[in-house]
Amino acid sequence: MSASEFAERAHVALADAQLRGNLRTATGTIRARRAEAVGELADWEQLREAGRAIKERALRHLDVHLEQLEQTVTAAGGAVHWARDAEEANAIVVRLVEATGAREVVKVKSMATEEIALNAALERAGIVAVETDLAELIVQLAGEHPSHLLVPAIHKNKTEIRDLFRRHLPGCEQLGDDPAELAEAARRFLRERFLRARVGISGANFAVAETGTLCVVESEGNGRMCTTLPETLITVMGIEKVLPRFADLEVMLQLLPRSATGERMNPYTSLWTGVTRTHPPDGPQQLHLVLLDAGRTDVLADAVGRQALHCIRCSACLNVCPVFERTGGHAYGAAYQGPIGAILVPQLSGMREGASLPWASSLCGACYEVCPVKIDIPRVLVHLRGRLVRERADAAAAERAGMRGLARVLASPRAYRLAQALARPGLARLAGRRRAPWWARPAAGWLAERDLAPPPERTFRKWWRGRGSR
Amino acid sequence: MRIALFATCLADTLAPRAAIATTVVLERLGHEVVFPAGQTCCGQMHANSGYRDEGLRIARGFVRTFADERFDAVVAPSGSCVAMLREQLPQLAGDAGDAGLATAALELGERVFELSELLVRELGVEDVGATFPRRVAYHPACHSLRVLRIGDAPLQLLRAVRGLELVDLPQATVCCGFGGLFATKLHEVSGAMLADKLAALRASGAEVCTAVDGSCLLHIGGGLRRAGAATEVLHLAEILASTEPAAA
Repeated sequence: MSASEFAERAHVALADAQLRGNLRTATGTIRARRAEAVGELADWEQLREAGRAIKERALRHLDVHLEQLEQTVTAAGGAVHWARDAEEANAIVVRLVEATGAREVVKVKSMATEEIALNAALERAGIVAVETDLAELIVQLAGEHPSHLLVPAIHKNKTEIRDLFRRHLPGCEQLGDDPAELAEAARRFLRERFLRARVGISGANFAVAETGTLCVVESEGNGRMCTTLPETLITVMGIEKVLPRFADLEVMLQLLPRSATGERMNPYTSLWTGVTRTHPPDGPQQLHLVLLDAGRTDVLADAVGRQALHCIRCSACLNVCPVFERTGGHAYGAAYQGPIGAILVPQLSGMREGASLPWASSLCGACYEVCPVKIDIPRVLVHLRGRLVRERADAAAAERAGMRGLARVLASPRAYRLAQALARPGLARLAGRRRAPWWARPAAGWLAERDLAPPPERTFRKWWRGRGSR
Repeated sequence: MRIALFATCLADTLAPRAAIATTVVLERLGHEVVFPAGQTCCGQMHANSGYRDEGLRIARGFVRTFADERFDAVVAPSGSCVAMLREQLPQLAGDAGDAGLATAALELGERVFELSELLVRELGVEDVGATFPRRVAYHPACHSLRVLRIGDAPLQLLRAVRGLELVDLPQATVCCGFGGLFATKLHEVSGAMLADKLAALRASGAEVCTAVDGSCLLHIGGGLRRAGAATEVLHLAEILASTEPAAA
């Protein structure tokens, strides 16, 4: 089955020494911070298990929790909208913004809205969406997509950021590349937008069915601005984000910051439940929750693959992944990158998109080791490779025939011994070569990177037989 | 103890010294080693590449050959093959709806060990009477580390080898980039991971790189050979089998 789409994009990334340097430094730093923050907790493994159990329980009775969430949010003064797919979700949001008459919205960093390409849909409707997370703003100004779930501009260094700001932010033509100066420029630019914004759009890290509470965690305070200043707040959330009980947050809010940024607690945790009924009113008075399916209920039907929906978007798996560290996030060509992207993207799209992604892993297992909700990513990767081989019968006919033929050989001791003998001269001729001859095309990838040693004088079983007749 | 040796298709065909050395070490410790001739492969490459049913077909042959009451244990000089047989196989067979194979694999799995865990955990041996006076770096192969969780067992064995100088391998637990068909399908990414592993080996000053997985060693060794490096790769068993004061 084809790994070529990812391979082609990885080829470009691997040739970019600057990118590889940026990624190595950045992921290395976050890895070390995470390891330290996690190491502080004696009960980390129990916490992970608790996190896994909470998510599993939430998904097992997802319908019940979602209906309860609709009730509690509505009772608290919010409105709940159900979106079957990206198109429906975008149409709902556009309609809600248009109803306010606003032409500009401020956005909290959100993976769900990235997944459905909401900004593009708003733009088509003549509405300007301003990303207010610093790194998201950088990516937006550059006209790019995020390359990391949590550190969207991880592929950019400060000089590149300075140049972007000089070009796009008013009054910044003389800006230097000191990080504090860059942050200040963004702050001045954003503050104006916060103060004039009439509509805020957010995602949600969690939603509590029991109370109707929505939760966003962030580091810069921009999220707090977006969720408190505008009159209208629209939250777009994947249906898998629901938690049954408020007390479940106790576990999740310990797991997430330590796994994500290596912090004991993230700087800003915003929780909001409906609208205030004080006079004068405080905070948004129009509250909307858009519940997004977009393939999620189909993922639930796959008993092995569904654990991908446990993900709390901490990105620890990206930071420890040796493949991600070398290719960066753009090689994944999707809203979700790294190991979790490799199991989410194909599943959410009904195996139509990201079909090369399950191969973007050496199955080293580092992702599973750090996952705060214990998603067995290697197992799901292997499972999805199997689904792709079975369900996409059109692709890679040669590989399929080769692997099936080899399986017949390996399943038969006689055929295996015969093949061992027959393979020897071929292996001997490949030893030391850098390019595969026509009769050994499957060896091309091997020979491109490393030598094949000459085959041994005799196989182990020959040695064993010789020994028996001593 | 009567120990059945699963040589693995890779060691049998391409790296027989690892399987020979496994035999030598176990016999030196007074165990009886048998080699069931019907064995072929564990099915890992197929199972991990999306050819689950083909992998299961191959693994069924393993179970048939080794599910024999007369064997006290089954040993293989490969962490990833043991991980396939002990951890993955029952799961995959279950997913495929083959409850019989899942049960048989679970039962047999209790007696299947990677060499270092058999020696240290099951047999309680650290000093196997080896001598190997060279500078050695240990690469913890991913599946032995994260699936089998063999921990320090290989290091305990290496520390007891006379004359051996164990050096630290920087970023030791980062994957070498082998990953089965990953090494060919995404060979450039695999090659980039390999390059970093080779750089770490150079920095360690090791003369020999060892591991408990022949596939990683084939990949690392191939990279060293391509780079013209003098560093040698040897399976852990080969070091443990060595008794010559000037081994090479």
